Amino acid sequence: MTTPQHAPAIEFVGVNKNYLSHGETVPAVKRTDLAIAQGEFFSLLGPSGCGKTTTMRMIAGFEEPTAGKVMLDGRDVTGVAANKRDVNMVFQSYALFPHLNTYQNVAFGLERKKVAKNEIGRRVGEILEIVSLTGMEKRSPKEMSGGQQQRVALARALVNRPRALLLDEPLGALDLKLRQQMQIELKRIQREVGITFVYVTHDQGEALTMSDRIAVMNAGVIEQLGSPREIYERPASRFVAGFIGTSNIVDGHVERVEGGLALLSYTTQDRVVVPVGQSTRTGDKLEVSIRPEKIDLHRGVPPVTATGGSVLSGTVTEVVYHGTSTNYTVATAAGADFTVFDQNASNAEDLAVRGDRVYLTWAPQHSYLIGV
Amino acid sequence: MNRVKNKLAPYLLVLPGGVWLLVFFAVPMVAMLSLSLQEGDIVNGYRFTGHWQTYTEAISAYDTQIIRSLIYGAIATIVLIVLAFPVAYWIAFYGGRRKPTYLFLVLLPFFVSFVLRTISWRQILTDEGPLISPLRSAGLVDQSFHILGTPFAVIAGLVYNFLPFMVLPIYVALERIDPRVVEAARDLYANPATTFRKVVFPLALPGVFAGVLMTFVPASSDYVNSEVLGSADTTMIGQVIQTQFLENSDYPTASALSFVLMLVLLIGVFTYARILGTEDVMKVAAR
Repeated sequence: MTTPQHAPAIEFVGVNKNYLSHGETVPAVKRTDLAIAQGEFFSLLGPSGCGKTTTMRMIAGFEEPTAGKVMLDGRDVTGVAANKRDVNMVFQSYALFPHLNTYQNVAFGLERKKVAKNEIGRRVGEILEIVSLTGMEKRSPKEMSGGQQQRVALARALVNRPRALLLDEPLGALDLKLRQQMQIELKRIQREVGITFVYVTHDQGEALTMSDRIAVMNAGVIEQLGSPREIYERPASRFVAGFIGTSNIVDGHVERVEGGLALLSYTTQDRVVVPVGQSTRTGDKLEVSIRPEKIDLHRGVPPVTATGGSVLSGTVTEVVYHGTSTNYTVATAAGADFTVFDQNASNAEDLAVRGDRVYLTWAPQHSYLIGV
Repeated sequence: MNRVKNKLAPYLLVLPGGVWLLVFFAVPMVAMLSLSLQEGDIVNGYRFTGHWQTYTEAISAYDTQIIRSLIYGAIATIVLIVLAFPVAYWIAFYGGRRKPTYLFLVLLPFFVSFVLRTISWRQILTDEGPLISPLRSAGLVDQSFHILGTPFAVIAGLVYNFLPFMVLPIYVALERIDPRVVEAARDLYANPATTFRKVVFPLALPGVFAGVLMTFVPASSDYVNSEVLGSADTTMIGQVIQTQFLENSDYPTASALSFVLMLVLLIGVFTYARILGTEDVMKVAAR
């Protein structure tokens, strides 16, 4: 059997993982099929306990699936020990060898692979340059800052030129500024080395900025898999809509369908317009999500241009100034509280204050049907 | 006023322990040093004469016992490392939620007196005991085979009595190892044996170091095990000191021997600490 030319770097075929806890079987990952392409920056995103870390540990070989297969480069590696899998991991809180210095930490994997001494020296030097740690060879982990330890962990894994690099919340321990800097750095390094990155995080912002594709996990299931834009603009479930950024979710019954648009009506003037498929009928109950930055907020009567789209009236209950934007909370006639982000681009003062009667309007394409 | 109090606080905290040490350690030490340089006998009393020859006489009279004690202590310590490491390793990595129970079991013998436990060993190892006599009657061993009174019995007793002092520090060192560091080694192509040799063992060395300090010194100066399990051929220096003090009432010789033993152990321990007590030893072990 020959390896297919373009086999996915990592593939899960019907993978299940159960844990035994107090004599009871607890599913951690439920029936998952997944294919991660060569050279992809792939994120597993979800809240703690969603199964993302278990998924990663099954790729690394620290956990074995209860059922199903794990494939690396088209080769079945289910049951193969971690030290015999050609993937490397960057651990949460780094897990550097505390008794070894930077050079020895980075050289560890190459030494196990019996790479020649001068070749090790060359490759360690090369990778330390990529992660900007040249000159730090003799430092021990505890003499280094969190950011530097992070780079050592990255170099220690990358120096082996693995088929895939697994990163388990690698930036979690860093402060905000350093984290943002490392995000850009990681992206650059990934471009330079061209290795598949699998990135586990609970931070949706991190996943959105860095990934080619994201798998959003919840309760052991991948709820949605897609590009950051798809996941953000078109959340497939209420969970995804709520977990990724801020979403306004409103439900209602279809009053009529016209030209691919369904109209949900609340009062004579309050309505939500949402693009729908063929199967939607009058009277169906729909759930619609709208991103806060897509909504315009008007005091007084809504302008004529917005009348083709959705209009909801309401009362401002909260105004929070965030520097780049101002966030309004509006109790709407549709029953749901809406959040609206208004960019502080040119307006020198807030559009409305607490207690103001306002209208929220947005174009039909910014309404998105979820849970179908 | 408050500032003065704050400055005094550390000294006040040290005071009770300090006084205790002064009265029950420093004063007896000075008294013993003085005693070792006195001459006389129990009937006519002892007088300070600065007779340092007691030291050279004691050393030449008991050099065999001093060296034997150090050898027994060293062998016992090595056996202790070999026995205690797997126990500590198992509790630290496979003990799960029952770790406290297993640690309690390791400490359980402490709830029975040291001397009593050693005497019960004697009952087991004696020629008529439940171990030797069945072996003899089954013809598995020679009729003259015995354990009691041999160096083996003494060292085995030392090992048994000091086992918890080796298990606990090694356990603490192993327990402190981040399991992810072990996983990192596996992830970086190290098989289980290499992971142990390159990562787990080097990181456990501070525990082994502490365990050696806690067992070698008391094992070398022990006087119970040889007394109860040994014979005239296994006499250790602790027994000699005890006999000189309590039976022969030769206080100067006993004191001098105590100081010699203390000095030998201190030199040994300091040399050992200088060579092995630094973090570099972990790096060397990981080579």
